[in-house]
Parts: sequence; structure tokens; C-alpha cells
Amino acid sequence: MTRPALVMGAVAYAPKVITIWEGFKAWFAGQGLGFDYVLYSNYEAQVEAQFAGEVDIAWNSPLAWVRAGRMARSRGVSVEAVAMRNTDRDLRSVIVVRADSPLQTLDDLRGRTLGVGAIDSPQATLIPLHHLRAAGLAGGRDFAVRRFDVLSGKHGDHIGGERDAAVALLAGEVDACCMIDGNHLAFGLDGTLPAGSTRVLATTEPYDHCNFTTSPGAPADAVARFVELLLAMRWDDQAVRPLMYLEGVRQWKPGRVSGYPQLETAVDEAAFYGPDGAILDADYHY
Amino acid sequence: MPTITIDALGLDEGGLLLVRRALAELPAGAALTVRGAGPQWATHLGAWAREQGHEMAMRAGPDGAEAVLTRGPWAEGRWLGAMATGRSTLGPGEEPAARADPAWGLAARGATVEAGSPPIAFGLSARDEVWAVTAGELYAQAAAGQWDPQTAIDWDAPFDLPPAIEAAVAQVMTYLIENENAALVVPARHLGQVHPHYREVQQALALQCADEARHIEVFTRRLGLRGHAPMLSTAGGQASLHSLLQAPDFSTATFLLSVLGEGSFITLLTFLQAHAPDPVTRRICRLAARDEARHVAFGMAHLEHRLAAQAGYRTQLQAAVEQRHEALAPTAGLNEEVFDALVLLAAGELTPEAVARGHAAVQQMKADMAAGRRARLLRLGFEHEEARRLSDLHTRNFM
Ligand SMILES: [Fe+2]
Ligand SMILES: [Fe+2]
Repeated sequence: MTRPALVMGAVAYAPKVITIWEGFKAWFAGQGLGFDYVLYSNYEAQVEAQFAGEVDIAWNSPLAWVRAGRMARSRGVSVEAVAMRNTDRDLRSVIVVRADSPLQTLDDLRGRTLGVGAIDSPQATLIPLHHLRAAGLAGGRDFAVRRFDVLSGKHGDHIGGERDAAVALLAGEVDACCMIDGNHLAFGLDGTLPAGSTRVLATTEPYDHCNFTTSPGAPADAVARFVELLLAMRWDDQAVRPLMYLEGVRQWKPGRVSGYPQLETAVDEAAFYGPDGAILDADYHY
Repeated sequence: MPTITIDALGLDEGGLLLVRRALAELPAGAALTVRGAGPQWATHLGAWAREQGHEMAMRAGPDGAEAVLTRGPWAEGRWLGAMATGRSTLGPGEEPAARADPAWGLAARGATVEAGSPPIAFGLSARDEVWAVTAGELYAQAAAGQWDPQTAIDWDAPFDLPPAIEAAVAQVMTYLIENENAALVVPARHLGQVHPHYREVQQALALQCADEARHIEVFTRRLGLRGHAPMLSTAGGQASLHSLLQAPDFSTATFLLSVLGEGSFITLLTFLQAHAPDPVTRRICRLAARDEARHVAFGMAHLEHRLAAQAGYRTQLQAAVEQRHEALAPTAGLNEEVFDALVLLAAGELTPEAVARGHAAVQQMKADMAAGRRARLLRLGFEHEEARRLSDLHTRNFM
């Protein structure tokens, strides 16, 4: 069997991933790009596959991007962030308390319990913990960390950890919890956190989310064509709109790497990956 | 630049509605200033704008920070290539679309349907295969004419019949119920296939089914009113009704069931009303006959439309009557027990003189049925001779 022009890796964090990529595969074929995808159960396997030559490009979480970059640098090869969703830019996470909580400042968190998301969630664990550390508060030392681990290895793509932490917050099991700003709104709208029941204690600096990361030695022409087609994809084209809707994107944008330094620091502080991309956290199972 | 103030209203408390409505009035690329006073409004607005693809920037306003939202083009994009689906209310002489697009799906007629909506297969999606000019009117009459079996009939009205007469009533009711079952199942099978674009037809058929459900109820209740069990159902009777289920399309089924069958059935119900031995039977036959008149009217209106649109369809109707006649030839026709029961009801007692009267009355009823069928066939434009021939080929089972 001949290999298609471009093979992409994606993580199967939900059943819709198949719908999305089967749909895009057919659309790319219609545009003359031979494209196929391989599903991985976790981002660690996917990034390793990028270096084993299994895939030419990967639809990576921000944490997977960090790891791919570290592995590339340590091996003297290069990977590139070539495209992302409009919705991947400038996210913020919030640290939330109950509306009637005595906590008014980050410092009030001392001696309290913070609910975070999955161990590998940039938005609900790593970045909020970094934000607190920058304010002089270290998890485990100044406050207790309670993890709401849902689907480790999927880098927090599954919203379940954030939701479980929010429910625990309302139940009084934790004093504060972390989530993406958009999920705070979504939990208010869907009733998980009734409007007015919580208060935002702190908001992180903006950061970027997923990107398409090329593998070392990826075929440049096919990658260029892939990016060109992505950027040309239009929300008003009914052939792709349902897929874009499922993927949570209105418009594909060129990749940029300016939104990841915060996570790089967070990863070092948490000793999650080594400088070469090795997995350091012994509690991380996927 | 337009400005809205959401005050302390949270975006998760309805504030989004105000923002969405204000943005909807702006063209893509135009900006809206949003001022809020709630604790998280700016965080939430930023998250929402990012998800929706609107640009947002914060700046200092007269009363603290305010957001400037620039409307993205996405909302328009969604409605590009959207489908128009006709007019909700039809003016005088106006007809719905000749073909209803499967992609219009279940949308209200007249709605703007987003491109990419899933096509829904409706077997009856061509106007001339279902339409009746008076469908809307007949639906309205039916809606106004619905009666409650519990209150429309005095079930406690006193009467006491000799056992032979009560048994005759039970046999006739047994027969009526199986006919009503057919009258319910035939339109019901077509109803689910009618494209909702032909709303008036859908509605008329739905109430026709509701009518038949009531008929089944009242005949069943009268049957058991004095403790009688249902009686005999014959192979010939069921074969006749079965052939209605096998009609090749909606128009033919409607022709056989409504124009020929229910038309004859009205004559039967009128006969029963005249010869009913008790007030309950009289009343339910009267109420049912009133409903049946609408069913016949719909059938006539549909066939008039179909034949006007497609004159050659007449041949198919002729063939359907002939085929049904051939198919039913080896069967016994009207149940003897039903025939005897009708004679007995018209006679009122088992004396030779009375039975002679009853027999003559049933013969007259059959002649009236045939005359009615001929009149309706003439109205549909069949030639005199042909109308007589087709009327005579109609099932001996009446329906
Ligand atoms: Fe009926
Ligand atoms: Fe009827």
C-alpha cells in the first residue's frame, strides 16, 4: 500500500474525533490532497510516533507541542507549529471560589485545598498552578492540591475533570478550583455552577492552545498544501461547517508559538517533562 | 459606535441574549461597545467572543473598563445558500410547491432552512400526489367538529332490546369496527409519508385518523354496552379491506377507501340511524356519518386535483377498481350474518311481514349506495356508462 501524501496523528479523546477526521479526509481528497489519519489513545504516544516517522503531522495539545519541541531540540531536529484554530488563541484560565467564600485574594488560599483538573491538563492544572507559584504559592507546600483526573494522557481535552472539580467546589469539598474561562461561562449556562454561585478569584495570563505540529522531516509540499487548504476552509461552506462546528473552529489560522512560554515554565515548575521531553512525573499514568 | 450596557447582569444569567441581539443588528466588521458591572462579565464576554469568532478588545471607558466587540462574519456565513420553503399561509388560489425538497425536512413551511440540513425522505413529496384545494378548509371543519365520546353520547340512556335484536346490533358493530380499523390504518400509513410542506393535507389526514379512532371507540362501547362479546369476522370481509391496504399509491387508496368505500359507508350509517333499535346506536351512527362526510369530501377534492393535473390518471383508477374486483371475485362478499343483522334491524321483529320490509329496506340501501357512487364518479368526470360499470364492480362488502 502506498502511503498518502500526508498522514496526521490525532488523539481519540471523544467519539466525534472519527466523524471530524473522516469528514476532513474526504474533503481533502476532493481538493486533491491524499490525506489519512491515525488515532492515538494519548498524546504521549502520538508525539513519540512523530519521532518514529509514523505520522507527518500531529494535531497536538499545547502540552504535546511543548514535549515535541523539547524532543526535537534535544535531538537536533525541528518541529513546527503550522496552523491552529481561531479559538486556540489567547485563552485564559480562572481560579474560582464559592460566592460566599471568605477567600478574597490568592494569599487566602494558604492552608486551603485547590481542585485542579487532570494531571496533564494545561488549562486546569499546569497553568493555574504556575500562576499561583508566580504569586508565591506552591501547591503541596502552601495549599493542598486535589486532582480531578479524567482520562489521563489526553492533556485535559476531556472536560470531565474541570466539571468534577466544579461540582466538588459547590459541595464544599475543595475551597477553589480551576477551569478555562469559557468553561466557567458554559458551566453557568448549563447549570453546573448556577449563575452567581461562584466568584472568580484570579485569572491567568493569556495562552494558546492546540496546534498542528509537523514531525521532523515532514514532506514540506504536502504540509504546505495541507495548511493552504485549512486556511481556505470556510465556515459558510456547508460541506465543512458541521465538521468545523464539531472541531470548535470558525476559521483556521497560521500557527504561532508566542502563546506557549507560560506553559513551558509551568512544565518545568511541575517537573512534568525534562528538557529532552522525558516524562518525569511518576504519578502520570496514561 | 453603538453601546449596550448589561449592568450587573451576568452573561450566564441572560446577558448573552442582550449582546447577541445588539450584535445581530450590526454588519460583519462593525463594532459594539459593551459595558457591564457584574463580577465576571469581561472574562465571560472574552471567552464567548473567542468561541464565536468575534474580536474583542478592552479599553478604558467613562465608567471603568469597557469591551469593544467586532462582529465576525460567521453568523452570515451560516445562512449562505439557505433555502426558502414557500409561504406559510397560502392565499386564495395559491398552491404549495410542486415538489417539496427532502432537505426542507421538518421545517415549518415558509421557514428559512440552513444549507446542509439533513435530507429527510418523504414518499409523498410531489404536490399532485397528495394535494386537495380544500384540505385546509376540511381540516378546520374537522378541528371544529371533534366531539368527545364521553359527553357527546348519553351512554346511560335507558333501553332494553330483545336478545335477537341486541345480537344483531353486536354483529353489525363487530363489522363496523373492522371497517373503521381499515379506515384508520389506510390514511395512517400514508400520513407518515406526506412531506410536511403539504401541511393542510397532513393535518386533514391526522384528524381523519383521530375521527376513526373515535369511531372505533364508540362502536366498541356500544357493542359491549349490554355485555355482548364481539361476534363474527369473515375472510371475505377482511380480504376486501386488505385490498385497500394494497392500493399502489395514495391517490388510488383514497379513491377506493374514501370516494367509493366511505361514501357507501355513509349510506350504511344513515340506514342504521334510521333503523337503530336504541338511542345510543342512533346517536353514534349520526356522529360517525358526519365525520365520514368530511373524509369523502377530502377524497373527492384530492381526486379532482389529481385528475385535473394528470388526466391520464383516470385509467389507473379504472384499473384499480377492476383489479380489486377480480381479486375479490372468489370471496363471499358481505358477511351473511351482517346482511341478516341489517335485515333484522330494519324489520324490528322476526315475523314474515316485518322481515319482508327489512329485506326491502336493505335492498334500497344498496341501491342508494350504488347511486351515490355513480354520482361521485360522474363528478370526477367519468362517463355515464363507465361510472355505472365501476360502481357495480365495487366490493359487495360496501368498503
Ligand atoms: Fe369512520
Ligand atoms: Fe372515515
